[in-house]
Amino acid sequence: MSSRIEILNTGGYRSDGRRQYELRTISIDLSPQGSGADGCASLTHGLTQVNVCVFGPREAKIRSQTYHDRANVNIEVAIATFSASERRKRGRGDKRILELSQTLKSTFEPVIQTSLYPRSQIDIHIQVLQQDGGLLQACINATTLALANAGIPLYDFVCAVTGGVHSTSPLLDLTLLEENDLPNVTVAVMPRSGKVTVVSMETRLHVDRFEEIFRLAGEAAKVIHVDMKKAVRDRTEQLVASMQSVGRPPTGVDIGDEY
Amino acid sequence: MDVDDEDLFETDGMNLTWPGKSLTSAQEYMRGHGTYVDNEEVIASVSGIVERVNKLITVRAVRTRYNPEVGDLVVGRITEVQPRRWKVDGNSRQDAVLMLSSVNLPGGVQRRKVESDELQMRSFFEEGDLLVAEVQAFFGDGTMSLHTRSLSYGKLRNGQLVTVPPILIRRLKSHFISLPCGVDLILGLNGYIWVSKHIKENEREGEEAFDAEAVYSNRNDVIDDSTRLAISRVTNLINVLASRSIPLTDTVLLDAYDWSLEQEGDVKDLLQEDAGDALVATILAKG
Repeated sequence: MSSRIEILNTGGYRSDGRRQYELRTISIDLSPQGSGADGCASLTHGLTQVNVCVFGPREAKIRSQTYHDRANVNIEVAIATFSASERRKRGRGDKRILELSQTLKSTFEPVIQTSLYPRSQIDIHIQVLQQDGGLLQACINATTLALANAGIPLYDFVCAVTGGVHSTSPLLDLTLLEENDLPNVTVAVMPRSGKVTVVSMETRLHVDRFEEIFRLAGEAAKVIHVDMKKAVRDRTEQLVASMQSVGRPPTGVDIGDEY
Repeated sequence: MDVDDEDLFETDGMNLTWPGKSLTSAQEYMRGHGTYVDNEEVIASVSGIVERVNKLITVRAVRTRYNPEVGDLVVGRITEVQPRRWKVDGNSRQDAVLMLSSVNLPGGVQRRKVESDELQMRSFFEEGDLLVAEVQAFFGDGTMSLHTRSLSYGKLRNGQLVTVPPILIRRLKSHFISLPCGVDLILGLNGYIWVSKHIKENEREGEEAFDAEAVYSNRNDVIDDSTRLAISRVTNLINVLASRSIPLTDTVLLDAYDWSLEQEGDVKDLLQEDAGDALVATILAKG
């Protein structure tokens, strides 16, 4: 049973009070989560919340999966049973989850400089805690932040956003309600070059509408990049400040007798 | 929000950067670690501090796995026993290798390797053992090769392992620290710290009496309660300091230990938030 909620009312407001091109509130937390991970990130887009932990590069657990000239990137996604409005347990072999993992793997393999780490493995564990639309978008953004937090060399950030169209009006950053009703596409770009790394759509969209949505989503992703950049910068500044607070700045080998 | 904010962000004169940030022109500068070249521009690939030495630009990552150098002292755990070598987990990108020819064999430091040694490798080091060693060399793919050819290196016992991020450990003149409370510390540069009961100097094995029983034994000595409490206290302090990203040097640890002795409450209360804040404030005031 669905109630008739207006996707976009005549005043230009959406069901959650946003305007047409307005993005949801982003909150980013890069502090360590106590799991011993090399890097972790917790990201929310409005009500969608995703945690990512990155381990690596480290010795591969399964020898047969290593490459002699580069690192193997391994992505595991776990969706919490309480994340959606209906409680549902999804096993690791669930097709939707496997598809999501595969998309993420092919997104990040060209972005991580894997050739620097032969015979190693990078493990990325994604946990979805709350879903309110934009799952792939949140996973991509959170994974980028966790990788940057772990000190793994990347060619650039990867920033993603969803876009949809409601009878000729384009909308950005869709909630679950809007995703279920409207044709929508997820676009991920690398902001410095503007190159698009992921375009993912599971609905039908008229070709005349596609170009506008695609272009808008690309620009919106650059705006998200600003938030992500700021979070990484603040965290780096915090760490540098703590590390320099004692003794001399870390410039390498000690002479030894300062203390 | 200023979308065009592309200036280098400065903190006390340090230039911070993030992945994808364009640093400079590749025509004038050479690229170092942490950067790559694209379209005649040097671009950072990690988040950290930009360092420039003459014409070389590098980015030193603020958080990364341990980067080994020859001569580093590391603490590691044996993960595998292979023909004539052991694989050691050293908190690095790949497991390190400890060759059988790089350990001291019982019966004399200069004893040659015999075939029966190869068959008895587990009597020296088994899976799960902890050891302290030095980085001797590198293999082609960056794997460390370790050696324990000194009397101060070898198997570890009578203590507890603490793991911290490797960047918090600076290179010091000596990584073997003795705290006044009867606790010895070994600060491995790979972030593994060994906190143990104090061994007196004259009780360490001498050159002549290189006793396999003692050096490769798996049995701990008897440790009394006060030493155990001291070891736990030091472990908690290290965990608190590491969680706040304070570099771990001998002076910092000594100050922290003195401060903690003045506090009331149990050793476990050191792990509380407010105790941690107070400790950090004291350390920063002295530093």
